[in-house]
Amino acid sequence: MDIILSIVTFTPLLAAAIMGLFLRGEDPAAVRNVKLLALVATTATFLISLFVLFSFDSTVAGFQFVEQRFWLPGLQYKLGVDGISILFVILTTFLMPITILACWNVETRVKEFMIAFLVLETLMIGVFCSLDLVLFYFFFEAGLIPMFLIIGIWGGKRRLYATFKFFLYTLLGSILMLIAMIVLWQLAGTSDIVKLLEFRVPSETISVLGMQVRGGLQTIMWLAFFASFAVKLPMWPVHTWLPDAHVEAPTGGSVILAAILLKMGGYGFLRFNLPMFPIGSDILAPLVMWLSVIAIIYTSLVAMMQEDMKKLIAYSSVAHMGFVTIGIFTATRQGIDGAIFQMLSHGLISGALFLIVGVVYDRVHRRDIAFYGGLVVRMPRYAMVFMFFTLANVGLPGTSGFVGEFLTLVAAFQYNSWVAAGAATGVILSAAYALWLFRRVVYGDLVKRAIKQIGDLSRREKLVFAPLLVMTLLLGVYPSLVTDIVGTSVQQLVDQVNLHAFSALDVQNYDSLAAHDTE
Amino acid sequence: MEPVILFAPLAGAVLSGFFHRLVGERLATLISTGLLFLAALLSWIVFLTFDGTTEYIRLFRFVDSGDLIADWSIRLDRLTAIMLVVVTTISSLVHMYSLGYMHADPNWKEHESYKPRFFAYLSFFTFAMLALVTSDNLLQLFFGWEGVGVASYLLIGFYYRKDSANEAAIKAFIVNRIGDFGLALGIFALFYLTGSVILDDIFAAAPRLANTDLEFLWLQVNAAELTAILLFVGACGKSAQLFLHTWLPDAMEGPTPVSALIHAATMVTAGVFLVCRMSPLFEFAPTALTIVAVLGAATAFFAATIGLVQNDIKRVIAYSTCSQLGYMFAAAGVGVYQVAMFHLFTHAFFKAMLFLGAGSVIHAMHHDQDMRNYGGLRKKIPWTFAAMVIGTLAITGVGIPLTHFGFAGFLSKDAIIESAFAAGSESGSTIFWLLVVSALMTSFYSWRLIFLTFYGSPRGDADTHAHAHESPLSMLVPLAVLALGSCLAGMVWYDEFFGSRVEEFFTTSVYVASGNHVLHDAHYVPRLVKAAPFIAMVTGLAFAWLFYIANPRIPERLAATHRPLYLFLLNKWYFDEAYDFLFVRSAKWLGRFLWTKGDGKVIDGLIDGIAFRAVPGLTALGRRFQSGYLYHYAFVMVIGVASVLVVIAIVAGGA
Repeated sequence: MDIILSIVTFTPLLAAAIMGLFLRGEDPAAVRNVKLLALVATTATFLISLFVLFSFDSTVAGFQFVEQRFWLPGLQYKLGVDGISILFVILTTFLMPITILACWNVETRVKEFMIAFLVLETLMIGVFCSLDLVLFYFFFEAGLIPMFLIIGIWGGKRRLYATFKFFLYTLLGSILMLIAMIVLWQLAGTSDIVKLLEFRVPSETISVLGMQVRGGLQTIMWLAFFASFAVKLPMWPVHTWLPDAHVEAPTGGSVILAAILLKMGGYGFLRFNLPMFPIGSDILAPLVMWLSVIAIIYTSLVAMMQEDMKKLIAYSSVAHMGFVTIGIFTATRQGIDGAIFQMLSHGLISGALFLIVGVVYDRVHRRDIAFYGGLVVRMPRYAMVFMFFTLANVGLPGTSGFVGEFLTLVAAFQYNSWVAAGAATGVILSAAYALWLFRRVVYGDLVKRAIKQIGDLSRREKLVFAPLLVMTLLLGVYPSLVTDIVGTSVQQLVDQVNLHAFSALDVQNYDSLAAHDTE
Repeated sequence: MEPVILFAPLAGAVLSGFFHRLVGERLATLISTGLLFLAALLSWIVFLTFDGTTEYIRLFRFVDSGDLIADWSIRLDRLTAIMLVVVTTISSLVHMYSLGYMHADPNWKEHESYKPRFFAYLSFFTFAMLALVTSDNLLQLFFGWEGVGVASYLLIGFYYRKDSANEAAIKAFIVNRIGDFGLALGIFALFYLTGSVILDDIFAAAPRLANTDLEFLWLQVNAAELTAILLFVGACGKSAQLFLHTWLPDAMEGPTPVSALIHAATMVTAGVFLVCRMSPLFEFAPTALTIVAVLGAATAFFAATIGLVQNDIKRVIAYSTCSQLGYMFAAAGVGVYQVAMFHLFTHAFFKAMLFLGAGSVIHAMHHDQDMRNYGGLRKKIPWTFAAMVIGTLAITGVGIPLTHFGFAGFLSKDAIIESAFAAGSESGSTIFWLLVVSALMTSFYSWRLIFLTFYGSPRGDADTHAHAHESPLSMLVPLAVLALGSCLAGMVWYDEFFGSRVEEFFTTSVYVASGNHVLHDAHYVPRLVKAAPFIAMVTGLAFAWLFYIANPRIPERLAATHRPLYLFLLNKWYFDEAYDFLFVRSAKWLGRFLWTKGDGKVIDGLIDGIAFRAVPGLTALGRRFQSGYLYHYAFVMVIGVASVLVVIAIVAGGA
């Protein structure tokens, strides 16, 4: 079973190849076969990935299911998962069949559409499984291509503008990361991530352009990686590509973008910035904290004033990612547990919210909030699903949205009470924008002519929402499902980082208190 | 037994909410009502047989992250037992009442199904409230805390076609979230300080916190004081205390049974419960306690002044609730948590009854809530009239002075006023006077309500008055039960809450510091002090009689001669207008500004500039920079400032 991760990674690609080579024709039967194949392939991938999950040993901190093959000298193919990455793989495989099912009504170039999604799945899983720098970079950057195509071909009116903006933003970060990766490779003499995690990048103060750089190379390389991941996540102020990309993307594209592609940024911080440059992280943590707090307050306020449903949810995503970055760079157990939890939970909730917009968009092709009102009258089940995910997005305890926010804020308070208080105002603002959106779209009387005859959720749509709803509730009531799996790896990460940096924080609470004791 | 109490309402909610098509609407609502009665019966058994030793029942795991461990669990002590009885009793009666009240609701169209949804929300509320009061850690407590908030939001906005109901629902949720912000910070701080969110651990650490200083924002503060105050901010939101009270009157948009259950008897008392529950912490935070007492007394006074002039029958009772909650906080603040719980207990009966009685009146008057259109209804709806009078006797505190014989409010409210006096300190006497004057106003507005509604000649639409009819039995029976409670609850449990058996009754569930003798001293205050609330009550009654029976022209004349004051009170001290200006509009303005200017001009301005104009040629770039395009420079500046910050971070320390 030592090639199981390769199987999970490449099953979708295989399906895409079969589809491209053997399935031809535009008649309804052929189109149906294409969709069925995509659904079967993604479902199979999910089932196989579940096997990985169930045979994963959560008491071990290191990488498991490791595969290693040498290519040319210096190049290798290496996969593996640990507690930090495995659940992102599961999130991806879990959401793909749901997304395919949600896109059942796509009409133009169905085969190409499905191929793009299948290829994208392979690349996304590859990002989370890669244990080699070169391989990671390949998956990370190549994943953009199918997404560009999805937005650029199946997107809305301003799709070219959105694609171009998306491209431009990511390009800058990618170049810097590539340079840093090359330097890292040169320094350590290996591109093996497992070895790089043990390697200690020099942190002696160096002089650059006449400035004394504290943390030296660690700080500089931290910034280079940060540039790429911060755009991807995205963090303020490099977030403005996201609302445009979401607005123009087709429903399925939005779901994957919000639910998984953004998480690559957070994953990158966890895999590279924090463990490989702990001193750089320590020095620059305040920067992350303040950018995150600004992001939470700023984008929540902006979200409140949006007139387009998708834009509102996109801005809400940026705010939610603020909690992730805060959690990660507290470098505490609760902070990182919370950050991972928040990413997984946001994958479920924001995915569901984009699907919710997709339901009415499919029917009347409008996204502006003012067009709707009183949907509950005709669509009571839709209203219930919408309400549930609205409350989850608001971080209601009992849903998964709560746990991540709570844990990251607990950690933020240990870091600095300003950060905790600033970020916690986002909890108030999120209630304002989310409930106001719901109220304008769903509540009120149904008086608008154009939606008088709108229909409630179809059976297929119910099937799409059911698993998301169940998981959101389950993780909210029993979050140990996640924290048990990530716990060991996170603890090891925290211990290692604190060994090298964050000296002020690794003291137990009791000890730090003793210093303040006035007794 | 306790898990059954906790989960029976949840089962009812799930049944009503998701499976009513399977079993039929009628049966679903009946079963959820039945499950509530089961929970109530078991709660009374628990309450009466509880021996004072804290019991723990672990259900299953909840959050587990490093040191942060919390389980879903039940912690049963006297405080919990009291709350179980209050919550399940009122809830079961309200369920029963709703069977009648929600029948053929004119807000819905013929074919629309709304009853199962209503019962599902009610039962879910009860479950969340029970989860709150049975919690043994702050995380589950927070779950219940926000859970009841959501139930409240859903029920206030139950008539989702009405704009006013939707606005009120959102307002309630957001104002509560502001309180929750404080509560959450309090929990974070307690975890930071004690390394645990479990109540017993925190209680054990409380004495240490009293000797610990903590840096919070720009302040260097005592840890016990800080955490207590943060928790109290949460309590203020949920219990509608001054500054965070604005949502409660608007919450009356919900159906009347909801007002009785959530916005009078149970949810709004959660704040009081929280302060009592955390008494081991508050006892080490004298400043925080003073704030609690003063703010409570101020709310009691402030809400009573507004209650004097309101015309909507439900709003009068809502402000009354706000005011009575102030009494409870005042009691907790002077250190007599048992008396706070006493008033919470008795208030639940008579306030739920006043609301349900008001619901019966509204039902009779075809959903007209304006008292100016009532009058002379005592003959039309005699049972409702009797119940409302008993409720009024209870809330105004009618009894025989200097004895322990009287209606429920007589015993519990007088106990609070005596305790405030006994607390003795300077703030204690201010609080004492605020509470006595509030008692006078309470009596005035309560009797005003009775006189305007049931006495005089019918006003308003003659046809409505002609068709006014008594409510069905399912609505009258709950009224009768609550009337019984309003008469007896004070006398029967006087000794347990305030008299000779306090200590053996509460045992360890409430912590009283060794230097706190207020409860004892309250029994030895001067006779005039003991009689003061009675005198205030009689005075208020006399004025109400004078104004609304003897000479109904007086209120008009007063309103005309003191118009600014009248408008100030009628418009609720202009809190809504001030908040709308300060927070709502400024937030919207800021949001739009950041969106169009921040994202639009500054950030995108530069990106677009590079993407579509600058990249093709450097000459174009040059032209752009000479074009004086302000926002592009602004973005360059933002980037510049950020870079400088980075540089400072790197270089700082000169290492």
